[in-house]
Amino acid sequence: MLIRKTAQRLAIAAFALASLLGPAVAKDWKEIRIGTEGAYPPFNNLNAKGEVEGFEIDYVNMLCGKMKVKCTWVAQDWDGIIPALLSNKYDIIVAGMNATDERKKKVDFTHVYTRVPPAFIAAKSAKTNDITPAALKGKVIGAQASTIHMNFLEKYYKDSTLKGYPTQEEANLDLANGRLDYIVADKVALLDFLNAKGKDCCKFIADVARDPVIHGDGVGMAVRKEDQDLKEMFNKAIDESLKDGSFKAVASKYFTFDIM
Amino acid sequence: MMDSLRDIAGLFLNLDILDRYGYRILQGLGLTLQLVAVSVLFGFVLGMLIAHARLSKSWLLSGLAYCYTTFFRGTPLLCQLFLVYYGIGLFLPAWRATLEDIGLWAYFRDAYIWVVITFTLNTAAYQAEALRGAMQAVPRGQTEAAKALGLHQFRILQTIIWPQALLIALRPLGNELIIMIKASSIASLATLYDLMGQTRFIFARTFDLSVYLYAAILYLLMVETIRRLWGLMETRLMRHTLR
Repeated sequence: MLIRKTAQRLAIAAFALASLLGPAVAKDWKEIRIGTEGAYPPFNNLNAKGEVEGFEIDYVNMLCGKMKVKCTWVAQDWDGIIPALLSNKYDIIVAGMNATDERKKKVDFTHVYTRVPPAFIAAKSAKTNDITPAALKGKVIGAQASTIHMNFLEKYYKDSTLKGYPTQEEANLDLANGRLDYIVADKVALLDFLNAKGKDCCKFIADVARDPVIHGDGVGMAVRKEDQDLKEMFNKAIDESLKDGSFKAVASKYFTFDIM
Repeated sequence: MMDSLRDIAGLFLNLDILDRYGYRILQGLGLTLQLVAVSVLFGFVLGMLIAHARLSKSWLLSGLAYCYTTFFRGTPLLCQLFLVYYGIGLFLPAWRATLEDIGLWAYFRDAYIWVVITFTLNTAAYQAEALRGAMQAVPRGQTEAAKALGLHQFRILQTIIWPQALLIALRPLGNELIIMIKASSIASLATLYDLMGQTRFIFARTFDLSVYLYAAILYLLMVETIRRLWGLMETRLMRHTLR
């Protein structure tokens, strides 16, 4: 009895606190704060001045212009990127985030705006392009921690040693110095690395077939479940940009192939 | 009976998470304990050597030891870990062929050994200072008396200085052990799945903040257990000083 009372009081207190912190009424979306990671080039990255840049920044700024809203960007570590959305540090996540079932339990996703396959890359010395779990038995495979790529490895590559990194760049560094045999990540981000810093050390191995359960439908923008109006705004803007060619115009600045 | 206990526990704990990930949490706990035990033990041996170097009459030796403890106590452990882990990474390609020949490559490429080395170097500096202070606290007269009796230098250390100094250093060494348990949580940033690493992994899958609460409780349990054990040990070992 006492326990139930305490639990009730705690729940009321938590609710009161949440309603103080969170938006109580539907907002009139004139200013939108966007959370991104800033460590996943070419999608989003921080330049030398600490400003966000990349495909997603250009694309969404374009959408904001069309929707006539003011958009500001916030850089947030990947591990905390969903919790920070839920605690109202910003209103929407645009960070190459795949819309998976696990994430959909906590947040809603807009329509998909990027669909690129995950892929394996390896050190130049890798002898085969076979990426079956049997072929990679005993190998050391790295991925960014807390990503679908890590979940994918956990599910299928149980006989390999798996290493999780805070950012993709640290994983790339460890592939270059030989600590890792393979890396799994979005193909686009990996090609970006292979064309620049990874030119001498590493090579492309193979695309990964999408597993819908793990990889989701593609990359979408995440919003809080209560912000359905914001989601609809962006859905409309995304759909239009895909139809009228403005998406392609921005994408072609960054990619030589179709990402949608 | 079991069911209603589960219901009550369910008010406070997310049992679904414990069912699904309890094993991972325990694995992480095991790795944390292992990391800390190994590095604090090695750190003690190294710390003892450095403490003696600090007290040495040779200015070179004591100067080097002074620089060592100043550096490791004056910089953040996380910074040291990244310096060692990614710094060594620069040399790995060059060492690879040799290490593969002697069959040690698998150990050297792994994060475990570098985390243990960093933690050992760090805790050795703190333990050295605790031990140095304790040895200096043993009255000089005892050493002089022992010399007058014709005891050899090592014999003096073994039978007079060390037993008394270790008792004095007991409390600070216990504190250092507790600090290491908490500090070891940064091992997760060098890809190890220690308690903190597993917690972050589970949080990424569930977005359930209570995982961090479980981790905090486990850290607290470890620290509290050690604090009490240390208290018992101290009472037992210091009983001759009670009147």
